[in-house]
Amino acid sequence: MNPLAIIGRAFLGFLATFGRLCIFAGSAVSHCFQPPFYLGLVGRQMIAIGYYSLPVVGLTALFTGAVLALQIFIGSSRFNAESAVATIVVIGITRELGPVLGGLMVGGRVGAAMAAELGTMRVTEQIDALVTLQTNPFKYLVAPRLIAATLTMPLLVLVADVIGVFGGYMIGVHRLEFNAASYLSNTFEFLETQDVVSGLVKAAVFGFIIALMGCYHGFNSSGGAQGVGRATTNAVVSSLILILVANYFITESFFAR
Amino acid sequence: MTEVPKIRIRDLHKRFGQKVVLDGLDLDVGRGESVVVIGGSGTGKSVLLKCILGLLRPEKGSIQIDGEEIVGMRGPDRDRVLRKFGMLFQAAALFDSLSVWENVAFGLVSGEGMERQRAREIANEKLGRVGLGPEVARLYPAELSGGMKKRVGLARAIATEPDIIFFDEPTTGLDPIMGDVINRLIVECVHDLGATTITITHDISSARTIAHRVAMLHMGKIIWDGAAADIDTSGNDYVDQFIHGRAEGPIRMQVR
Repeated sequence: MNPLAIIGRAFLGFLATFGRLCIFAGSAVSHCFQPPFYLGLVGRQMIAIGYYSLPVVGLTALFTGAVLALQIFIGSSRFNAESAVATIVVIGITRELGPVLGGLMVGGRVGAAMAAELGTMRVTEQIDALVTLQTNPFKYLVAPRLIAATLTMPLLVLVADVIGVFGGYMIGVHRLEFNAASYLSNTFEFLETQDVVSGLVKAAVFGFIIALMGCYHGFNSSGGAQGVGRATTNAVVSSLILILVANYFITESFFAR
Repeated sequence: MTEVPKIRIRDLHKRFGQKVVLDGLDLDVGRGESVVVIGGSGTGKSVLLKCILGLLRPEKGSIQIDGEEIVGMRGPDRDRVLRKFGMLFQAAALFDSLSVWENVAFGLVSGEGMERQRAREIANEKLGRVGLGPEVARLYPAELSGGMKKRVGLARAIATEPDIIFFDEPTTGLDPIMGDVINRLIVECVHDLGATTITITHDISSARTIAHRVAMLHMGKIIWDGAAADIDTSGNDYVDQFIHGRAEGPIRMQVR
């Protein structure tokens, strides 16, 4: 087969998928702002996404903060800059590692669950049943998940930031023998509002991406159990990649000089 | 003056890629009439129902409900027309995360905005109508047998007292006795509501029990349409082969 034809077919397939995703996203977002609003479902999703992700995100943040403190101490001691450990830990956690690692963990946990749940509803005709019961599936299934993930992720990342900084503090004070008061002082002295805000904005965008990809792949799954499995894999892989891509562009927009 | 059919379908075309599923299908269903559409697997029976419900968009053709064209209808108009429909799905399609009574009351609460307590009373009444007691109302779909799921699905389909009800293979997967129970419940419930129905099935005994009229779908078209009582004397080789379940005849099943 002509290699150009293969490339062309793949590119056209990518464009078609991208177009379908944009239409899905546009429709989903517009339904977030149109009544009826299923606030009970939004609350239930916020608990599923935020509360039940706390252990995994908290543990990730705790050990990331701890490892960060150790690594920065080892690196900075080469040029006698050990006092920068606390500052770099807090900036690293709030700007990057809190939102990105939190996003990746939630993407794996929640994105997969959303795709599997909606995918199963699709192949067992439950989504069609919603339509016959005068209920718009976008409003009932997609909008609550998008709203909940976008609102919950910043709260989750805020908690992760605190836990991550605490992890760094524990290692800094108990393992590296920093003075506790000076470690805390260094932590907050150079921290700027923008460091935290940029991380929370990233978290909101990542939450939106996770819910969008979970819902999109679940909603469009077909072909029984195998199709649901494929939708789940695609949801996780695509949300993780999009989180990393979006992270670059948000960082550029906040901090580029 | 001739009465406007409840459902009027003309020249309906639907394809998936290269595969033509509906190829100029015509069908009329009168008010209060029960039409059973029979046909082999993959002949487009479910696609026909999904086109009427707006779950699939046909490439060409007309679908009228009470004389009103619904192909391409969107927004509030579509919601208004959808209120006329109820449907029993092949595997019941109950919502796993909701209890039985919440499933039955779903259309009342979510679709019509009814208060939950009132909707629960109606749900219990409809469950009683299909022979299920209040103890079942608190269970979840995963705790039900296949026959019970079908009954709950039927209760959900009739809960909003729709004008038109679709039954998608209502007896598939059930033993003959439970199949007959479901058939009789369908006949009784439809009679009580005075609803217009389309049922799609492979089950000829089910068709004989439910139908006023039988239509056979083959190669995307209705190739025979007549009274249920005439099905054995249709004079149509396709219908004869289908109702007697013979491998030999004009219908060639695709095995791959």
